[in-house]
Amino acid sequence: MLRVVLRFTNLVVLTLLALSFFSFVLIYLFPGEPLANLSGIPNPSPQEIEQLQHLYHRDSVFIVQYWYYLIDLFSGNWGLSFSSGLSLSSEVARTLPASIELSTYALLLSFIVGLPLGFLAGLRHHKTTDYALLSVSVLGYSIPVFWLAMLLILGFSLQLGWFPLSGRISLLYEVPRISGFILLDILWSDIENKSDVFIDAVRHLILPTLSIAAFTTTIILRIMRRSFIETMNSDYVQAAVARGLTSRQVIWKHAIRNSLMPILPLLGMQFTTLLTNAMIVEVIFSWPGIGNWLIQAIYQRDYPAIRVGMLAVATLVVIFTMTIDLFLRLVDPKKSKVERVAI
Amino acid sequence: MGNFSVFNSIIKPGQVQHMMLALCCLGLSGCDALISASNKSNGVIYCSEGNPTSFNPQLDTSGTTVDASSHQIYDRLLDFDPKSGSVIPSLATSWSISTDGLLYTFQLRKDVAFHHTAYFSPSRTFNAEDVIFSFDRWRLPNSAYHGIAGGIYPYADSLGLANLIEKVERVNAYRLEITLKQPQSSFLANLATDFAVIMSKEYADSLEQKNQKENIDRQPIGTGPFKFAHFRQDSFIRYKRHDEYWGENKQTEQLIFDITPSSSLRLAKLITGECDAMALPAHSELDVIRQSKDLILDEKPGLNVGFWAFNTAKPPFDRPGVRRALSLAIDKNALIEAIYFDSAILAKNIVPPTSWAFQSEQKNLNYNPSAAKKLLQENGIEPGFTMNIWAMPVERPYNPNAIKMAELMQSYLQAVGVNVEIVSYEWSTFREKLKQGTHDSVLIGWSADNGDPDNFYRPLLSCGAIKSGTNRAFWCSPEYDELIGQALKYTSIEDRQYFYYKANALIAEQLPLVPIAHASKYQAFRRDLVGFEINPYGGVKLAGVTKN
Repeated sequence: MLRVVLRFTNLVVLTLLALSFFSFVLIYLFPGEPLANLSGIPNPSPQEIEQLQHLYHRDSVFIVQYWYYLIDLFSGNWGLSFSSGLSLSSEVARTLPASIELSTYALLLSFIVGLPLGFLAGLRHHKTTDYALLSVSVLGYSIPVFWLAMLLILGFSLQLGWFPLSGRISLLYEVPRISGFILLDILWSDIENKSDVFIDAVRHLILPTLSIAAFTTTIILRIMRRSFIETMNSDYVQAAVARGLTSRQVIWKHAIRNSLMPILPLLGMQFTTLLTNAMIVEVIFSWPGIGNWLIQAIYQRDYPAIRVGMLAVATLVVIFTMTIDLFLRLVDPKKSKVERVAI
Repeated sequence: MGNFSVFNSIIKPGQVQHMMLALCCLGLSGCDALISASNKSNGVIYCSEGNPTSFNPQLDTSGTTVDASSHQIYDRLLDFDPKSGSVIPSLATSWSISTDGLLYTFQLRKDVAFHHTAYFSPSRTFNAEDVIFSFDRWRLPNSAYHGIAGGIYPYADSLGLANLIEKVERVNAYRLEITLKQPQSSFLANLATDFAVIMSKEYADSLEQKNQKENIDRQPIGTGPFKFAHFRQDSFIRYKRHDEYWGENKQTEQLIFDITPSSSLRLAKLITGECDAMALPAHSELDVIRQSKDLILDEKPGLNVGFWAFNTAKPPFDRPGVRRALSLAIDKNALIEAIYFDSAILAKNIVPPTSWAFQSEQKNLNYNPSAAKKLLQENGIEPGFTMNIWAMPVERPYNPNAIKMAELMQSYLQAVGVNVEIVSYEWSTFREKLKQGTHDSVLIGWSADNGDPDNFYRPLLSCGAIKSGTNRAFWCSPEYDELIGQALKYTSIEDRQYFYYKANALIAEQLPLVPIAHASKYQAFRRDLVGFEINPYGGVKLAGVTKN
């Protein structure tokens, strides 16, 4: 087991090193002065240039510069944004939790809705319920996420006026930032009429969460359905039936648990899709997350922000996927023997 | 598969329906609280169109900066009465002018408190020192703060105010004398414009001590109805009520500028109630606002002009004949219909009909492509001649869609044998490049900041305005400068009209620019917003606006 953990750590470290190296090379690949791209000061004065040269060890060999770049990355010294002049580490710390929060709720919702429906569809295999659920899932599967988001806005915000269409919370409320997760922050804070503020934040969450969750829900539904059907046809379930167990016993004790196994790796795989979708949806709902921030940075050619934003998102995805994978290796006895790892 | 059906009995169809029903009920019971917005916090949200470049309107004539600062954070010595357009007291309670028109004496208001914020605590109230500091900043190149933000004060520069003022002197703490070099009847009106804001000298001094002078425009201190709290680029500006405000207005606790560049998104937010008022509704969306029962659309004739300026410093546009020919080739009525959706009137000259310098009897150049063709030939312009039209990338009240207008003009000019290239850059780059004068012609415009016609004539076409970058035609006529200079020496409207009419005739003859339209000014807001009125003279005013 220790060897598996070591192998995974190894892979994560190497991948992250490659990513950081790529982001370092980007400084040279982006248009403009590498020093400006690195520090985020658009037009440094001769005095500042000298200072920055020294700060980033620009007179050293390339690989040494990279070493100092790594040190800067670890110490949170990521440079400034061209457009706002704010420190990039604080910007990422502000936007990334917002994206993670949105993705987490969407993922939870997908599981809560997708798993029981998938189970139901599997149970009613080749019946009307199954067909109905399958056709709905095809719909959810094939609607582009941005279009769904637009439709939801059109229906629920503009026509019915039920939900707001932009932001995380009404700008009139000031919630002090502790964790960056708005719902937690509200609960922790001691602002007036806390329940109103909480409800306001939830109202802002509903539409973006629904638009992201739709796609993932259908995937989970379909996989759960297939997995359940496969399990039901497997030898051990048949054997259990032959031994005279009741349907209830067979399903609850043998079928459900085993058919849930393929869902977990899905979590890791779906996370990337989820985050990508979240980034698109953020732009539509003006959600102050990393996707929205990155798109703005691209519009404004804010190279330091693009570099750091991409690195942050990539790191998050790599670490999350690998952790899930590692966890699976450790809990699933079938897989623990295979020591080769892959992303 | 055969034995699979036995499991169907585990959940009966009826049970499924029951479960669904239970789920729905669970969802619905929470919905009531969720779908009805209950905003108990006291504040007004205004959806603005962009980031201000700073919080000092002295530095920037762009409407976005003025909106975010001028009437919210600051006060001026004088104000305009929004109804009559006459000058009324603000920080100056009274004033007198000497008989030769050179010496202005102002009596200042007492007990006017500056903002108390996290970054500055004032120890004294407003007095004459603050006025002297604020004026010296744009007036005197050797004052400590003059060069802090680049040393360019476009508005004051375009009106030549720095050269006009001989000295600003303190008589006592609440009495101030301003001496002019020559009489100028528009002087009081200029002091009431958006840019003539009063800042705190005490704050400036404390910043100087801390060696943080540049913060004066980023973390502003003024005497206005709201104090600055927080600005996040591309996101919002937060203001708090200034509790010791001297004026009568009852302010809401908070004022938020929700920065939303897309006009359709601003409208969407207005419809859902996420904004209480919005900036610059698009002309194509006016009908949507009119039809909505929750929204109000206010309309007033605007003090602005959208025009097509030729770069008269560049041949062949230095010849009046060429300019006349090109302007004959354009059907302005069609442009107004297509671009302004009939929410503008055809411009005969650079001043709008609401100004007393407007001449209703003045003739308009009619659309006449064959005459245009002939005139072009006479001036030696061969068919196939290529020119460029620079079109603003942004929506302005005086021109909601310059790029589309340029495209329409392209086809009109094609018909008389002139090829057009349309050029556009990002807005700040656009203005930067425009100042360098590399364009052949440009579609842009001007919104006046006060009711005085000098505010159109001088910034748009005087020789002095070439340097300050508001004379887009690079047109310099000593005769014209003489006329508008003379007009300022007289105080009676009839006397001044005489000179402005002559200036009108000169513009019509020389055509350095083709006036296209005077657009109406629109303001859209929700029905429960009280006290929000269009400020015909410049930036948006949110003092005294409350929610029912």
